[in-house]
Amino acid sequence: MSTDLVLLAVLMALVTYPSRAVPLLAPGIERLPPAALLYLRLVGPAVLASLAAVNTLVLLQPDGTYVFHVGVEALGVLACLLVVAWRRNLFLGLLVGVTIVAVLRAVGAA
Amino acid sequence: MATQPGAVVDLRAARRRLLLDTSGIAVAVAGFGLVFGLSARNAGYSPVEAIAMSTIVFAGASQFTAVGYVTAGLPWLPILALTFLLNARHALYSASLAPRLRGVPFLMRASMAHVLTDEAFALSATHFFRIGRIDVPGYWIAAVLGVFIPWNLATIAGVLLGGAIPDPTRFGLDIVFPAAMAGLAVGLVTGRREAVAAGAGAAIGVGLSLLVGPSLGIIAGGLLGPGIGMAVPAGGRHVPPESDVTGLPVDLDTALDDVAHLGDGPS
Repeated sequence: MSTDLVLLAVLMALVTYPSRAVPLLAPGIERLPPAALLYLRLVGPAVLASLAAVNTLVLLQPDGTYVFHVGVEALGVLACLLVVAWRRNLFLGLLVGVTIVAVLRAVGAA
Repeated sequence: MATQPGAVVDLRAARRRLLLDTSGIAVAVAGFGLVFGLSARNAGYSPVEAIAMSTIVFAGASQFTAVGYVTAGLPWLPILALTFLLNARHALYSASLAPRLRGVPFLMRASMAHVLTDEAFALSATHFFRIGRIDVPGYWIAAVLGVFIPWNLATIAGVLLGGAIPDPTRFGLDIVFPAAMAGLAVGLVTGRREAVAAGAGAAIGVGLSLLVGPSLGIIAGGLLGPGIGMAVPAGGRHVPPESDVTGLPVDLDTALDDVAHLGDGPS
């Protein structure tokens, strides 16, 4: 059983913990300029959207090149996104997205 | 999430109310921990690696993004840089609690910091606001019973369940990861700037991935998207940010405001 990523988990914890602990343990250090705070607030949506889009729309070809691809997976992710925007319910969105993809694959549409 | 200050003045009654709130969050946290376990398993994590992520890192969005980065073959250094940026907002919660926790022993504060998540902060801030002061046992109820334990137990269940499904693609489970990322991004879009940052991040990520590969494309989207979001004027319909662990509307803006209006000193 691989344990290589345990080290990555430890390193990720080492860069996560200071944000949680430093202001609690050394009050006053946490003050950042407003522009930095705004940037940090925007990192979350940008990173998550980038990951979702690349994982859905970029396909690796057998020759090692990457191509733009809109398949049934994009439909499932789009459905999830719309349901979450509409109902503010991530579970419902995931359920709808996964079900659409599973059904389309079962009927041979993908 | 917030109530009027002093609406519940009896500490035991307030803790019962907190337990009730916590149970709802715990169910959602468990469901999402299950999804993380499944995604990690699909990405090739061993059970030990997935469990290590949930116990040691214990930060939903960055755990999910690490799944994507590892799958894309991203080197560890950019993974760590993005993990830092994604979790830097926890400093806001920590800073808002700091003046109220001065009397708590150092080691206990250090332990409290490890379990400080969006949900833990929102739940405990609401509880503190109800009773009008800090309640350290209430914090542990919110952070450990409400989030840490269900998140970790569900991760174990998800990674074991994932290993028992021979062909996850057949059931559409391969889209759980990108769909969860898209859904979480929607939860963090609270106005025009966030929407532009998300759109720019996605466009840059895809464009550069096609040109130079996903490892650079993803990180460029995550780092350049916020810059473009900052360039547009603030505006649009503002909605409170949602938790990055469960995507629940835990209203972190109100929670920050609640803590700012508490009296000093823990109980």
